[in-house]
Amino acid sequence: LDHGSALHTAAKDCLSSVSSQDVPAERPRAIFHTSESDPAKHTEQHEGRLYDIPLEEVKAVFPHGLPYRFQQQIQTFNEARVMVRRPALELFAYLRSSNFSHPAVRYVIYGERGTGKTMTLCHVVHYCSRQGWLVLHIPDAHLWVKNCKELLQSSYNRDRLDQPLQASVWLKNFKTSNERFLQEIKTQKKYMWGKRESTEEGRPLGEVVEQGLARARSASDAVGAVLREVRLQSHRGSFRLLVAVDGVNALWGRTTLRKEDKSPVSPEELTLVHNLRKVVRNDWSGGAIVTTLSQTGSLFKPSSAYTPQELLGKEGFDALDPFVPIPVPNYSPREFESCYGYYLERKWLQHEKAHTEDGKAELQFLSGSNPRQLDRLAGPL
Amino acid sequence: LRLIYTTTAVQRKNVGASGPEKYTEAFIKKQIEEFNLGKRHLANMMGEDPETFTQEDIDRAIAYLFPSGLFDKQARPMMKHPTEIFPEQRKIQWGEDGRPFHFLFYTGKQSYYSLMHETYEKLLNVQKYQDQVTAQGLPLQKEKRNLAGSRWLTKIELEEMLLEKLSDDDYSRFIQLLQKLVALPCADTEEKYIQKFSKEVPVQLQKVVIEPLQYDERGVAFSTGEGKRKTARATAVVYDNGSGKITVNGIDILHYFPVLQDREQLLFPFQFLDRIGKHDMVCTVSGGGRSAQAGAIRLASAKALRSFVTEKEVELMRQAGLLTVDPRVKERKKPGQEGPRRKFTWKKR
Repeated sequence: LDHGSALHTAAKDCLSSVSSQDVPAERPRAIFHTSESDPAKHTEQHEGRLYDIPLEEVKAVFPHGLPYRFQQQIQTFNEARVMVRRPALELFAYLRSSNFSHPAVRYVIYGERGTGKTMTLCHVVHYCSRQGWLVLHIPDAHLWVKNCKELLQSSYNRDRLDQPLQASVWLKNFKTSNERFLQEIKTQKKYMWGKRESTEEGRPLGEVVEQGLARARSASDAVGAVLREVRLQSHRGSFRLLVAVDGVNALWGRTTLRKEDKSPVSPEELTLVHNLRKVVRNDWSGGAIVTTLSQTGSLFKPSSAYTPQELLGKEGFDALDPFVPIPVPNYSPREFESCYGYYLERKWLQHEKAHTEDGKAELQFLSGSNPRQLDRLAGPL
Repeated sequence: LRLIYTTTAVQRKNVGASGPEKYTEAFIKKQIEEFNLGKRHLANMMGEDPETFTQEDIDRAIAYLFPSGLFDKQARPMMKHPTEIFPEQRKIQWGEDGRPFHFLFYTGKQSYYSLMHETYEKLLNVQKYQDQVTAQGLPLQKEKRNLAGSRWLTKIELEEMLLEKLSDDDYSRFIQLLQKLVALPCADTEEKYIQKFSKEVPVQLQKVVIEPLQYDERGVAFSTGEGKRKTARATAVVYDNGSGKITVNGIDILHYFPVLQDREQLLFPFQFLDRIGKHDMVCTVSGGGRSAQAGAIRLASAKALRSFVTEKEVELMRQAGLLTVDPRVKERKKPGQEGPRRKFTWKKR
């Protein structure tokens, strides 16, 4: 995921911030880090610094959703460092001050390629999971509209098409990230899986998930059921719901999938997409919807498009309207410095010229302060 | 009757033996008259005044009436005065009675030997004058002629002047004689004669003028430069007190040049001068491909940076090759070959 790699560099920047920001002369390399590992306590002071997420938490909170390059970096450095950046701090402020009895507010994170959108989203997800919210994290909606090997006709609704593989993968990850909620939430409706199996009313949600995992055929319906339950129960106030969708423009674009008679499939005909659209509508309360636009995985869109209008299209824009747009820019000089310092500290930049001021200026010029470009440049050095 | 068998070879005229075509004086005169008439006709055709119709006007008119795509300028249609077209030829050197006019005719190289004779005569005159001056007791004036800015006539030029062939040996002897003449003090008396055989050498080093900095409304210093590479042409405006932002055709370089290699090319002039984050640049570029455009902008920015930098650094840049236009262009495809160098597949049979 390209935006992922860009984001993870942004995240890394966020990670390396030292809380001793006021004493720069003491330990210059330590400036970039902060020991504040709770996102809730991140403030503007920590902007441009990187914070550490313990690896167990990474596995628990982010079974899926971290950009691929960032995952590789975690493996290399044996630690996960995310940079605190202004868009994320903005979102935290909004989330803290939002009134949960009102309908859920939608936030759309947008920006050019490689500026850190997915990592911002992951930062928000981490924050919410620390706060105890139920996190519905869809790593990349584009995965659901392209390169699907199996398409089954849905048993629930004749017109729609199921995607058992994607649905079961997602259910597995959902289970890992939200274990405790699965026992607490009870179903409100009876669900029929085929002729013989059914889940009664009042059973814990975990059973629905198990059912989806056991029977691949009904996985998509299980996903739909989960989404519906969670949506309807969030307003009661027992838990807060965060819907984090990456690449939300996939829901309203075109798909590359075809039916057996070679006619193209439109997104509404996919169960997963249909259900997801229902969740993203702001007719429920008690939570927030944070989404990211992504050009890299998007289909049939020019590579220079990055604004919500261009990427969502008219349909998507109307569906998501009103929303709060949050732009994510390239690195500011300070963020660039901290990212560079982090690489130096972890001995990622091996070239002798990279340690000089000139080398730093060169890197800044060549990457244009774009997180992804910087990451790609620093790789071979 | 017996047919005498003759081959066509014998009957054919031997063209080579007669030498180059000789133009008679009457012929040349007729050509000149025709040229003048033609000039007036041409002026009439072009609607201009026949009296004030110069050679340049003629050239322009001919180029307009007979457009030609030939590469060689000499092969295109031209209308020039006959003296320029027909090479000068020696008139007949002897009279009706067969007696030659010049006294050195029977040496074979009459103009060369007469020239040597004249030059030696001048030399003797100068020596005599010198003796007179020393006899009078006056100091000899020694004014050094500026030999640096002048050169002697080349052998070909001398041949053209004398209208006869010279050998290298003859030429070197003549030059030695001239140098001997010039070396004498008091050679200034024969200055006019010597000037006939010397030419001004144009100043070889064309000093490249570095333009001074200009200042725009905000008071920021800037300078422009142009560059080209293959088919791409670029102009760059480099501003001082900048942050290192570069815009190409209104687009940021990260978007215009997604490839790292092109961005490195743009970086090179600034990196060489250690001014990476100090200048802003706005450039326009057109033509060529991705790499050619990058090279063109690099040259343009290097030229613009000359105004900001000391002479020594300009010299360093020149030696680094930042200021030279890259002469490599696409080579022409030749007939009989598949490409400029690649030949067709060779089949044994």
